[in-house]
Amino acid sequence: MVIGTKRQQEATGQQAEASGQSQQASPELVIKDGLTGPEAPVNGREFGSGVRQSLVKKYVNEEQLARGLGWFSIGLGLAELLAPRGVAKVAGMRGNTALIRLFGLREIASGIAIFAGGRRPAGPVWSRVVGDALDLACLGAAYATPENDKARLTFATANVLAVTALDVLCAQQLSADDDGANGERGRVPVNKSIIINAAPEEVYSYWRDFENLPRFMRYLESVTVTGEGRSHWVAKAPGGSVEWDAEMTEDVPNQRISWRSLEGSEVETSGTVRFEPAVGGRGTVLHVTLDFNPPGGAVGALFAKLWGEDPDGEMQTDLRRFKQIVELGEIVVSDGTLTGEGYTEQRPAQPLGVGYGAAAGQLQK
Amino acid sequence: MRANCWHGKQDVRVEQVPDPKILNKRDAIVKITSTAICGSDLHLYNAFIPTMKAGDVLGHEFMGEIVEVGPEVHDRKVGDRVVVSFPISCGKCFFCEQELFSLCENTNPNAWMAEKMFGHSPCGIYGYSHLTGGYAGGQAEYARVPFADVGTLKVPEELDDEQVLFLSDIFPTGYMGAEMCNIKPGDTVAVWGCGPVGQFAMASAYLLGAERVIGIDRFPERLKMAREGAKADTINYEQANVYETLMEMTGGRGPDGCIDAVGLEAHGTGAHGFEYMYDRAKQALMMETDRPIALREAIMACRNGGTVSVIGVYGGFIDKFPMGSFMNRSLTMKTGQCHVQSYWKKLLGHIQAGEIDPSFVITHRMKLDDAAHGFDIFCNKEDDCIKVVLKP
Repeated sequence: MVIGTKRQQEATGQQAEASGQSQQASPELVIKDGLTGPEAPVNGREFGSGVRQSLVKKYVNEEQLARGLGWFSIGLGLAELLAPRGVAKVAGMRGNTALIRLFGLREIASGIAIFAGGRRPAGPVWSRVVGDALDLACLGAAYATPENDKARLTFATANVLAVTALDVLCAQQLSADDDGANGERGRVPVNKSIIINAAPEEVYSYWRDFENLPRFMRYLESVTVTGEGRSHWVAKAPGGSVEWDAEMTEDVPNQRISWRSLEGSEVETSGTVRFEPAVGGRGTVLHVTLDFNPPGGAVGALFAKLWGEDPDGEMQTDLRRFKQIVELGEIVVSDGTLTGEGYTEQRPAQPLGVGYGAAAGQLQK
Repeated sequence: MRANCWHGKQDVRVEQVPDPKILNKRDAIVKITSTAICGSDLHLYNAFIPTMKAGDVLGHEFMGEIVEVGPEVHDRKVGDRVVVSFPISCGKCFFCEQELFSLCENTNPNAWMAEKMFGHSPCGIYGYSHLTGGYAGGQAEYARVPFADVGTLKVPEELDDEQVLFLSDIFPTGYMGAEMCNIKPGDTVAVWGCGPVGQFAMASAYLLGAERVIGIDRFPERLKMAREGAKADTINYEQANVYETLMEMTGGRGPDGCIDAVGLEAHGTGAHGFEYMYDRAKQALMMETDRPIALREAIMACRNGGTVSVIGVYGGFIDKFPMGSFMNRSLTMKTGQCHVQSYWKKLLGHIQAGEIDPSFVITHRMKLDDAAHGFDIFCNKEDDCIKVVLKP
């Protein structure tokens, strides 16, 4: 029995023809699911396998971790170089001080390489993993010497193993992103989608006008188109605002729009929105990927507050508002949500005593 | 204006609040002429539904006269006499297009809350917690009605308020409960709970062609109304074993359709006593949010291959769900908040044709200002209270 979409059937059939096989698949057994448009992809793909990795990303910033490991390398290296006996004692060994000094030099070299290795020093962090292996080999060998302190050796081994785990995690993250699997900056803080009861053309054309974005993105105050593919963004911040300029990097009508902040902006950000025809002709599935690298210091703190502790949830609510604008022409408000202070704050569900204009004004913010 | 506001467990007060205004372009303002207390309001009253805020205006069964319309309201005008549906529905989304109005994707601004609890969000509902949007309710002098073209039904002048008020919720809800049983000629339908929704489920089962309808409750006045108003046979679960009586009545086969019109605050005595104490204890310890005593019994009693229809409200999680009985006997369960707007025209037709007069469930009429008293006697089943209608 053959199960699949018509399009998949056709693809299989073509393959069969190409390889000279006779086409035995009986077309009447095709289970139709409506996925028959020319742009619809063949079924049978795997989804969601990247989730685990991005969960790690959510909690571990590998670039910061690499710097931490760099300082750790230099510190431990200096200790090994300048006080090899002390280090040996802590580790429970009667040591060969020359070897420990050599290991110290190795640590310092790794540390310097991490700081010299640019923003994403995958190679130097892998060199730390090699060093960890050497350390573990030495500790293992030290167990064979009866006069060594086994308890201290075990403690030292446990510590090296813990650092090794961090090194491997960090090196893997850095390497994965070197492959370009997740875009130029390698962080995926927000990735959401929503299904909208309208054609991709309609959804695309509303989003394509960036000046519309503040209508549904709570943290944006305004976006002004300043030239061909260029725009000026202003985000709300308590007691002020944060501004940056962005350029469109990709514009495939009815399919995809990408943008990023200009070099040297206070805020480093990029985004991509894809417009996919929903299966079965049920409108459009809109996918948004937003990447923010908030600036440091006070501005960064403001941004963190704006963007909240749940950026995925914020984005989902923004997209739901976008859906309302496309499907209904405006954002639906209730009495309990009419505070203009965001969605997590609710007031009692009583009329507010303001009319259409005032409410609409609040919603613009 | 004056409105009935929730302030905590078994604490409602009629207070002065601001008048509603048009907030969205498809809104209308309705001057309320009749409003009712729903059995599901008691779940709020007893604080079983989370995300209530002190001051929330209650009420989702109301009707009145349109006194103001927004610029995008096209099919209603000032002066129209309308019933308002309890689901707030946009009319344009995927679900509204399929007439699954209570599943509207666009009318719950707090969908994120509902998603955390339910996985997905239902539509917005008037005066029914912030989980369903935080909309001010209709136990008030005026109400803002979003998407007025979709959420109101014009009613003819010759029918009085009491005949059409229940088109807002409980009549369509009972009807949908019966319809979900997929009733065939000759079928027997049993209804757990002879409150107002149960009464309409029983009456509707007959409208849909059931041969025999059985109502189950413990309050004599409700069982009497089931017999006299809805023409059902009745079982008093305090005096009889429900399962055995149903088997006796159906030759051991069980009812073809079983409707749970009770929901999360089920009671039980006699044979149910231990079960009730078990669920009550788990509820008190926050180990279970809902008491599914009626639902369990409906599943066990339903005939092989039959349908269990759930219109009683549940809010969270239940315990000891008889999945083995459910699966091995090819049962079907259908559920839902009522898609009122897809039923009310047809049901208005039944009323106009004189086939049913929904006012038979009303036992108490009082002023809006007496809402707290209404809640009290309705909740405690005092003075044979079954349905309270309030007049602002």
